[in-house]
Amino acid sequence: MLNKFFKKTKYITVSQRNLNNIHEDLDTKPSIPNGMWVKCDGCGKVIYKNDLEKNNKVCQYCSHHFRMNAKERIDFIADQDSFCQFDENMTSANPIGFEGYEDKISNMQKKTNLKEAVITGKGTIGGESAVICVMDSNFMMGSMGSVVGEKITRAVEKAIELKMPLIIFTASGGARMQEGIFSLMQMAKISGAISRLNEAGILYISVLTDPTTGGVTASFAMLGDIILAEPRALVGFAGKRVIEQTIKQKLPEGFQSAEFLLQHGFVDSIVSRENLKSTLKKILYIHNRNR
Amino acid sequence: MEKLEKVQEIFSKKFKSKNAWDRVTLARMIERPTSLDYINRIFDSFMELHGDRYFNDDSSVVGGIGLLNGEPVTIVAHQKGRNTQENIKRNFGMPEPDGYRKGLRLMKQADKFDRPIICLVDTPGAFCGMEAEERGQGEAIAKNLMEMFNLKVPIISIVIGEGGSGGALAFAVADSVWMLENSIYSVLTPEGFAGILWRDASKAKEAAEVMKITAQDLEKYGIIDKILKEPTGGAQKDVDKMSCTIKEALIEKIGILRKRSKEELLQQRYDKFRRMGRFVE
Repeated sequence: MLNKFFKKTKYITVSQRNLNNIHEDLDTKPSIPNGMWVKCDGCGKVIYKNDLEKNNKVCQYCSHHFRMNAKERIDFIADQDSFCQFDENMTSANPIGFEGYEDKISNMQKKTNLKEAVITGKGTIGGESAVICVMDSNFMMGSMGSVVGEKITRAVEKAIELKMPLIIFTASGGARMQEGIFSLMQMAKISGAISRLNEAGILYISVLTDPTTGGVTASFAMLGDIILAEPRALVGFAGKRVIEQTIKQKLPEGFQSAEFLLQHGFVDSIVSRENLKSTLKKILYIHNRNR
Repeated sequence: MEKLEKVQEIFSKKFKSKNAWDRVTLARMIERPTSLDYINRIFDSFMELHGDRYFNDDSSVVGGIGLLNGEPVTIVAHQKGRNTQENIKRNFGMPEPDGYRKGLRLMKQADKFDRPIICLVDTPGAFCGMEAEERGQGEAIAKNLMEMFNLKVPIISIVIGEGGSGGALAFAVADSVWMLENSIYSVLTPEGFAGILWRDASKAKEAAEVMKITAQDLEKYGIIDKILKEPTGGAQKDVDKMSCTIKEALIEKIGILRKRSKEELLQQRYDKFRRMGRFVE
């Protein structure tokens, strides 16, 4: 009698499909081409690329922020048709005569459709004008050589001339080795321009994006009046492996993340991508002495 | 007498034909004179000043005040150890953020009292440690790079040994940047360079040639302003003579820099770094 309560009444239904004809079935299904799906580095879920783009390249499941290239970032942050590029045609020379450097640059240009690792220019964000620089980690890891140094320095000088705030989105593996000491000097060069910007009382917002490391962290990235960071962005000076080898210890979870920097007092705020444009607009508005 | 001169000529010719790796070896050898060796010979009444006023006193950076030929100056220097024990105490001349902040504090003090600043640069690089990251190694270096452009006093930086990347540059934003003949100054160590670009850190010798890190290379590129000749065989052969060479050059250059107005001084310092870089438009 009691058995009635424990008797299974629902069973797994087995499809009526004929397994022998499985190949036929697959052919009639609509096929989604390869490259239309992306795996999230945060949660491992597979996301349809279109959905990812619609969500500003942020995973809808775990909010992992995918990297944005320079063009995507400018389209996302600047008002439509407001962005006007500076120094579009500047390209790298080979200052220390490093073998194969010119070819590498050519290949990168073809691969990324960029001339170099940073796009600079001016535009408006929610109607507020600003000089905007965006680095792109797809171009030689966003490494900083003479062109990145010169373009950013000129952008800073332009901000001083136009009395416009400056926003730099950082993304870099550090100094570009192929330009040797010339790359190192770009750290000083840009910092010098920023010191002048400060003297002129002009706002500089740096937005740390994943990854921001090496000579970029040790120069302009950490000199913003206001320093914002994207969630879980990798931001640090030395490489994780180098540190582990030096101190012979495993590093804690979350080391060199934006959250780690916030905890240790080095960023003003972590801003998720959906709030980034409005946050920048707010900061620009508060600093706008012309209103 | 003639014979002696001829022998000296042959010796110096032999040493002139040093390759990049020879210089790396000389720059790094334990016998190479360190900052304190020069400080104690060049400056009178040197008093070391300690601490960054926030957290720590970093032993890899020595700073203080003294007299150069009667004129008050501030000295900021990387300090390596002269033996293994001392190296451990000095962290092999690799500063934490506290070292850069101590240096900046002393440089700003020099600005307040209108004292020229002399920086002696000798570091394998900024220390790559966990606490260093926690206390903002990047921010400390960046701050120095920016603030040094605002100091209204003459600044001379001399790379006396190794100029290890950003960790060196943080004390090398100067009106005049010099290197001792056998010093090196680079964006990365040859070992690091070989490891990253060729995946073989043992190719450091080749890397040293390719990277262009010697004083001779850097003077050619206009990155440094002067090379100070070392005694035959290296500075360690005659520290007194090397100190004299440095002292004379410092007195002369500070005299010249003192003649510039503060505006001219800052403008020329800005222009110096502004010019660095090669690109195509």
